[in-house]
Amino acid sequence: MDNAIEGIGLTPYLSVGAILLVLGVFGIFLNRKNVIIILMSIELILLSANINFVAFSAATGDLSGQVMTLFVLTIAAAESAIGLAIVTVYFRNRGSIEVDDVTMMKG
Amino acid sequence: MNWTLALPEIVLALSGLAILLAGVMQKRGQAFFSCTMMTLLALVVTGILVVMSPDGTGYSHVFINDGFARFMKVLSLSGAALSLVLSVGYAREMEIDKFEFPILILFSTLGTMIMASSGNLMTLFVGLELSSLSIYILCAFARDRVTAAEAGLKYFVLGSLASGILLYGISLAYGFAGTLEYAGLQQAVRGSAVLPAGLMVGIVFVLVGLCFKLSMVPFHMWTPDVYQGAPTPVTSYMAGAPKIAAFAVLLRVMAGPFGSMTPQWQLLIEVVSAASMVFGSLAAIPQVNIKRLMAYSSIGHMGYAMIGMAAGTAEGTRGTLVYLVTYLFMNVGAFAGIVAMRRKGREVSRISDLAGLGRTDPGMALAMAVFMFSMAGAPPLAGFFGKLMVFYAAINAQLYGLAAIGIISSVIGAYYYIRIVKVMFFDAAEPALDRSPVSVSFVSVGMGLVTVFFVVGLGPVSSAAQAAAAALFR
Repeated sequence: MDNAIEGIGLTPYLSVGAILLVLGVFGIFLNRKNVIIILMSIELILLSANINFVAFSAATGDLSGQVMTLFVLTIAAAESAIGLAIVTVYFRNRGSIEVDDVTMMKG
Repeated sequence: MNWTLALPEIVLALSGLAILLAGVMQKRGQAFFSCTMMTLLALVVTGILVVMSPDGTGYSHVFINDGFARFMKVLSLSGAALSLVLSVGYAREMEIDKFEFPILILFSTLGTMIMASSGNLMTLFVGLELSSLSIYILCAFARDRVTAAEAGLKYFVLGSLASGILLYGISLAYGFAGTLEYAGLQQAVRGSAVLPAGLMVGIVFVLVGLCFKLSMVPFHMWTPDVYQGAPTPVTSYMAGAPKIAAFAVLLRVMAGPFGSMTPQWQLLIEVVSAASMVFGSLAAIPQVNIKRLMAYSSIGHMGYAMIGMAAGTAEGTRGTLVYLVTYLFMNVGAFAGIVAMRRKGREVSRISDLAGLGRTDPGMALAMAVFMFSMAGAPPLAGFFGKLMVFYAAINAQLYGLAAIGIISSVIGAYYYIRIVKVMFFDAAEPALDRSPVSVSFVSVGMGLVTVFFVVGLGPVSSAAQAAAAALFR
């Protein structure tokens, strides 16, 4: 791991992380079709942070970043389970999960 | 290793698991009430343990217990317990009396306690997620109602986005400081003359994530919809404990690790605070739904509480803490009034539904009037003293502009609070509301007394807040 970081440096890892973050954020705001795509975008954001954690952890030789990654993976699993449950409840009530339909309350 | 430091959290977590078991073993109809009572008991026992818990740092520096953490934990426990009492009658009438309800509130409160004690960005994130994930479920708990499902969906999507941004910020701060611990971050920030850009970006991302949870202005868009759609006791809980925990984290992080760079973040906090106060008071004026109005009102209140943080002094922190105490109690009281708004067994939530309450139910109208005047900041009610202390701290820290904006927006805000009083006492009477359940009247009367006689307890509350603030700025 140290060798990989020493070989190509930290920048490529951080770039991938940053690209994933931007993809995730744009996936939430530009997507007008489907709530499931939003769930996928949220996963992307969490994973982009995970890539950062692992890269930094390898670069600095500090293990706590990798411990954090495990916590984040667990939380991401719980989060997507809850997200899917809420989407199911919503679908039962409205019969649709299009983002443009989520407008019962306004003002 | 001093494991007794986290004894209150351990007790609360274990009793949560035990209550879950007890709920499964009971009959479906009875489980809700007995689980609620057991949860209340667990919250009270935890509160006592919190008050008795020792100072110190444990679990290899991830967990801090000091006067500040204890203060915040007691506040969020009492907010949770009061909202739970409100839910007793309400849940049965709305047919959401499932035993998971109190247990989710219990776990969410556990998350807020962990946040208040966090000594490490990892504990901060885990605590935040524990409290948020429970609230996502609670918002959508009335699963046959489309507004509740929509509120849950909106809060889930935007809340997860905010958590993701916060996590990304944590990862940058970790990378550029080389540690997740507050103490290590503090050294890294102090040691460098010029902050690395990555660390700065990380701090701003963390700030954004926490401001979202507090519904401060640029990140407030979820608040009115979620407040309106969620079951009312859940709204009352959401407006209390999680906000207190987010403030606990912000105050601890900004005074501790990033305390030496106060001039660099101060302007950011000032802008957010001023924008929240102005927006909260202006956007509430055209509202017709009282739950939406309370959402804008809580945006404004968070702005006032943040004035104390913008001051960046121990005195400002004391002001923020006292403000949070007054906010918590008058807010729960006002929500008790809203929970009681039912007509012929159906929930009503338009402001005009309160018309003539002064004649049909004078007691409740009086209590609501007390909470509204207190929120507007009229002396000698509780809300006045909270505002006084934050404005005083702002002036002592030479933030004259911020104090002026605060005073102007609280005058504007007084308009819509007092309009409710006018509707209750002077408008033509609507048909009477249903009799409110005993638990709701209990909370309403109790919080009314606290709000009216807050001046008696001001000394002890203020000195406890002072001690808590001193623990941060040591």
